[in-house]
Amino acid sequence: MGFVIPRAAFNQIIETLARRYRLYAPVRKKGAGRFLDTDVIMYDEVTTADEIVFDAKSDYAFKEALTPLSEVLFYFTEATTQEASFDNRPLLIFARSCDMHALKRLDQIFLENGPEDVFYQRRRELVNFVLMGCANSFDNCFCVSMGTNIAPDDYLFSVDLTAEGVACNVQDEAVAALFKAYGEETADVVPAHVTENKVKVNLPEQVPFSVRTDPLWDEYTVRCINCGRCNFVCPTCSCWSMQDIIYTDNGNVGERRRVGASCMVDGFTDVAGGGSYRKKNGERMRYKVLHKIYDHRQRFGINMCVGCGRCDDVCPEYISYSNIINKVYDASKEGE
Amino acid sequence: MSNAYIPFPSTILDVIKHTAQEYTFRMSYTGDVLPGQFFEVSIPKYGEAPISVSGIGDGYIDLTIRKVGRVTNEVFEHYVGQKMLIRGPYGNGFDTGLYLGEETVVVAGGTGVSPVRGVIDALSKGESRDNKYVIVGFKSPDDMLFKDDIKQWDDTLNLTLTVDRATEGYEGNVGLVTQYIQDLPLSDPKTAKAVVVGPPAMMHFTIIELKKKGFVDENITVSYERKMCCGLGKCGHCRIGDQYICLDGPVFQYDKAKELLD
Repeated sequence: MGFVIPRAAFNQIIETLARRYRLYAPVRKKGAGRFLDTDVIMYDEVTTADEIVFDAKSDYAFKEALTPLSEVLFYFTEATTQEASFDNRPLLIFARSCDMHALKRLDQIFLENGPEDVFYQRRRELVNFVLMGCANSFDNCFCVSMGTNIAPDDYLFSVDLTAEGVACNVQDEAVAALFKAYGEETADVVPAHVTENKVKVNLPEQVPFSVRTDPLWDEYTVRCINCGRCNFVCPTCSCWSMQDIIYTDNGNVGERRRVGASCMVDGFTDVAGGGSYRKKNGERMRYKVLHKIYDHRQRFGINMCVGCGRCDDVCPEYISYSNIINKVYDASKEGE
Repeated sequence: MSNAYIPFPSTILDVIKHTAQEYTFRMSYTGDVLPGQFFEVSIPKYGEAPISVSGIGDGYIDLTIRKVGRVTNEVFEHYVGQKMLIRGPYGNGFDTGLYLGEETVVVAGGTGVSPVRGVIDALSKGESRDNKYVIVGFKSPDDMLFKDDIKQWDDTLNLTLTVDRATEGYEGNVGLVTQYIQDLPLSDPKTAKAVVVGPPAMMHFTIIELKKKGFVDENITVSYERKMCCGLGKCGHCRIGDQYICLDGPVFQYDKAKELLD
């Protein structure tokens, strides 16, 4: 059902929805950017539409709603273990097409790879989406190349801010009833989507083994500083480490958490006794990039990368991941 | 839905001391388990560590543990009669049936003997024991594990026991496991099976020697050790290429394993 409604009406609908759902949307954090006097756009809970940033790409993805950077699994006391409780109110996430596609990848890891993950599943059941249309491509986006520019259908409604008003394709009955209080249904509204990005990548269908040992990775041993920012902004990076802590005031009590982990950062492969794998940053880059565009596809049938370009946005060394994909494509052709 | 992260209590039935750092903890456990599979030993407030099953018996499993880290240090504070939390078994494990009727060489180094102990045991109880060769290496005589088993294997199988460096009073073989491979009196290396488990460098050079001897990739089986936080295919640490060591391994045929580049 299509609706084009004035912004004021849209704001009221969002305020109504905020009473039914926890709204999780990209917001601008003033002065919290990585450089002096710069902002950062990241996800947080909102209660009004005015807090939501519609005109820029968020620097971080929504994944923390499902895979918090630090999540308590259990609390330990002397002899008992208690599963941690969590906020079980339904969640409404404002996300763009690329991020909605990312959800499928997270599901594959947490629900299809081995037994279902209880902690993921219990959050996953609460998740609903609002699709934020993309009238224009942002810097570094390459969703068209990745085939993620058109969103999957499972959103409650879409939002596009247009000159005529807020254009929404409403798919959920309960939400449609809300919209009907503010305006007449119009002709179908198609959520805006990008059909061309400035950045384009060629994806190799097969990556021969020779590409894994190709000298192309050596460059990143020198350039990459293994800070792991690319992993933390990526909507599909989901690795974590188990961490037990003891409360300083009482050593008999503690908790087991899982915390976000990065395959670029030291320690990711450390085993007891001092062993570790992939010591060079170039090897880590190869590990990450091939996972995103090949290894995950070999296992699950779709590329992990959704082409949001956030890793390119955030890299302090100006390493272009999309450029690496093209290098892998060329090397793969040569290796055939 | 059951929560796979919740460990269950298991009683320490016995502790077998091999060296100052390495003990086998015999843990109560009833259920299906294969040699080469592993359990997560879970010590609340300290963490979890993946440990290979080094023995399987009626109502118990053996976990041979080296005291080298935060979790394993704490494991060594536990005594017979006490309980520890474990979860598992995880991984694919060895199919010992593959080797019983075949000419087979098992090469194991250090704690790598743990995951293959069940395989060697099966061979030593099998019918055709003349064509079973076992090469076991340790750093020094002081680092030897499973001394009682080794004595028994020496009686039943063609065993070569070696150490990297001797200590005073030691009279056995000295040298790396790799140097004994070419002399194995195999009837047909092209069809013979091999199992190789140990530190990465030892496995690398052992496979080179086996291939020099005439072994083919499909007949070589390896077991890998990687960092793991879950054992359930979720944490991502153990992934190599499109394979998760915890789900698809840790036991791999070498024709598959050789395409896994860390």
